[in-house]
Amino acid sequence: MTASDLQGADQGFRIGQLINDTRYRSITFQVITLILLVLGIGYLISNLLANLADLGQDLSYDFLAAPSGYDINQQPIPYDSQSTHLRATIVGALNTLIVAFLACVTATVLGVIAGVLRLSKNWIISKLMAVYVEAFRNIPVLIWIIIIFTVVANVFPQPRDFRGDDATASPIFGVVAATNRGVYVPRPYFTNGFGLSDEDAIAEVGDDAVAQAAAQGSVIDWLVILAVLIGSLLATRAITRWADRTQEKTGKRPTTWWMSLAAWILPITIVCWIMGLSWEIPELRGFNFQGGLLMRGSLIALWLALSIYTGAFIAENVRAGILAISKGQTEAAAALGLRPGRIMNLVILPQALRVIIPPLISQYLNITKNSSLAIAVGYMDLTATLGGITLNQTGRAIESILLLMLFYLTISLLISFFMNIYNNSVRLKER
Amino acid sequence: MSDTHAESVAFVRKTEIPPAPPPVTETGAIKWVRENLFSGPFNTIMTLLGLYVVYWLLSGVIPWILNGTWEGSSIRDCREIIGDTGGGCFAVLGERWNQLLFGFEYPSELYWRPTLAFILLFVTVPQVLFISLPRKLLILTGLYPFLAYWLIWGGSILIPFFALVGLVLGYAAFTRAERINFAAGLAAFVVAAVVAWWLGGFLTAAAPNFLALEAVDSRNMGGFMLNLILGIVCVSLSLPLGIVLALGRQSRMPLIKYVCVVFIEFVRGVPLITLLFVANVVLAYFLPPGTNFDLILRVIIMITLFASAYIAEVIRGGLAALPKGQYEAADSLGLDYAQAMRLIILPQALKISIPGIVNVAVGLFKDTTLVSIISMFDLVGMIRGPILSSTDWVGVYWELWAAACVLFFVVCYGISQYSQWLERQLQTDHR
Repeated sequence: MTASDLQGADQGFRIGQLINDTRYRSITFQVITLILLVLGIGYLISNLLANLADLGQDLSYDFLAAPSGYDINQQPIPYDSQSTHLRATIVGALNTLIVAFLACVTATVLGVIAGVLRLSKNWIISKLMAVYVEAFRNIPVLIWIIIIFTVVANVFPQPRDFRGDDATASPIFGVVAATNRGVYVPRPYFTNGFGLSDEDAIAEVGDDAVAQAAAQGSVIDWLVILAVLIGSLLATRAITRWADRTQEKTGKRPTTWWMSLAAWILPITIVCWIMGLSWEIPELRGFNFQGGLLMRGSLIALWLALSIYTGAFIAENVRAGILAISKGQTEAAAALGLRPGRIMNLVILPQALRVIIPPLISQYLNITKNSSLAIAVGYMDLTATLGGITLNQTGRAIESILLLMLFYLTISLLISFFMNIYNNSVRLKER
Repeated sequence: MSDTHAESVAFVRKTEIPPAPPPVTETGAIKWVRENLFSGPFNTIMTLLGLYVVYWLLSGVIPWILNGTWEGSSIRDCREIIGDTGGGCFAVLGERWNQLLFGFEYPSELYWRPTLAFILLFVTVPQVLFISLPRKLLILTGLYPFLAYWLIWGGSILIPFFALVGLVLGYAAFTRAERINFAAGLAAFVVAAVVAWWLGGFLTAAAPNFLALEAVDSRNMGGFMLNLILGIVCVSLSLPLGIVLALGRQSRMPLIKYVCVVFIEFVRGVPLITLLFVANVVLAYFLPPGTNFDLILRVIIMITLFASAYIAEVIRGGLAALPKGQYEAADSLGLDYAQAMRLIILPQALKISIPGIVNVAVGLFKDTTLVSIISMFDLVGMIRGPILSSTDWVGVYWELWAAACVLFFVVCYGISQYSQWLERQLQTDHR
């Protein structure tokens, strides 16, 4: 018992203690905050209700079930103007995920290459990379998106330039046609897959149910491919573990590169062969290319601009990560007798990745968020469908934007969740 | 001297051989080129590739600039002057320069006002950026926002004058009352400022044309001026808000902490464009019926909230980087929370976070181009809208976008170079 405690007990509780006594002050502050918060939110909500009553509106998500009445020019799942707003929303969300995924992959490749090359001893290369990084980091991504879109729309040849004997343009390698309407690339499909993939049969029946079955079948085909790839990944990891065990037991590390290579290539080749992988090559018919997969100018612009812009940031992260590893680590590893490849894999990369990966993931997050700029070039992502046309048609501003924010928020939180797991797993174990 | 020696040896050198110059290949430029550019086959290939890229870039850009024309009043004039030389039509920049800078609705006879405000920026910003300048000059910086508001928006000088008077009186009241404690000081500040503004409102209403400049509506703002206004205002406003949020997130009071966490994570999880949609269509629902303040203010509010969340995260990093001893030292001196933060913690934490804050500022300045999507005519909006769609300049996209890139690059690159310089200045540890 200290003197102050005794004093407090003598005098009982005084109102001044709510401000002056650290034991109660935090509660006072929190109560005040809570009251202010409740008042503030209540004020906003009462305004909202009054405004809605004035306009004769209510808050409901019924509009999602109504027919949308507009077309979307890139449909990963079947969609037409009679589909519901909900389906339009899903198409938009898928389009967002498509461009975000593509951009994440290319931005990583580009960023790693540029980051490593900027550290190169080659003066020209390192200066070129510095120019690339500074130029793209200091100019808004919106401008890059629009510039690349302009290039696609104005510089790429028109489809008719591919026609005739005096064609001024020709498809790259005879299969990829870059036109001002977009880039036509060969479309892979399975002649022997799980779905009814025979295009002619579908065309003859012309039935929606059959088309849907075919679409579902091709989804299953791709899931099989994905499963095989994951299996290969697990197999290569098992091979590495086996090599580790053997090395620990015998002191000799078996040569595994050909096993890993086989584990990647053999299963996928066999599966593709069984399912009959073919390529539908775009051909010029009439005024336009038919067949193949059309990557519209808007997708190309968004994809390239996001990749190149974010690549510049990733390059800086990679450079910082590599510079963070002191030279002594390399020398120590060499002194232990490790070969250069093993030095990279066992000593440098694990440490550099610990520095590189967290900012890398937040760059992925930025790509996803920046993909909402699609609306500037007419790529139909979630912001353009739900936050654009649906919002304007139905006038449901609050509901649409709430849904839009929830979507991005969910993705962000999911990514940060996985990032936290990763960070905890690679954190330096301090004892 | 014995002759035997002379007979047995034909020649004895009496002096030291002067050192031969190193081989040509081992000195100067040639050595540098050999070591840096052609040290191996891989490096040689990279150098040649790099040289080709440089040649390709320059061969495209140099004729475009050199053969370009600055004369003419439409793209047809340009085509006549340029012919087939592949030059650029820079005449558009000369003719539309004012529109690019000020938008197309700002009264042209008043261009001197924003220009003057911009020039005054160079008188008021250096003392913030460079610590070596006399501190008294900061008074100019304090006066600047009010002067700039008066110059750009016009109206009676009484409005910014009384806004300033309110703040000065509030600060005076704060210093008096702060001797009791920080909370009392804050309350005195609010009371004094509100009373001054209230009285000022009467006086302004009584003499609305006292020293009045011609008023310009904020919907007439546009061009690069709008980007600069949004960037500068939002960064300045979001800094104090970000500090408060960062401190709130560190707080031991659960309610305050979670309010801040939810706000920060929500804002960081959604794209800025959705917040701009909120400013554009949703915010009005949450205001009392009948109120309608202009779009630029709503946009400023949302961008400020957006930036403050990012700045809060940067400052949180700075706070976390401070050793715990600093907090304990402040406690042991008997400082209360406000004193400890103001005198001990924040000065150090902010110093650590300066590079991060500058990064956020650059990013935010680039993001101000997004307002073009909600149909405000900033630099990007001006180029996409009125200029490129005018019949005179349809198709002059390269020159216009290049101008936009240069403007943004100069500002952003300048800021990031300053940040790196400051980082070196503030670096007190040894490396």
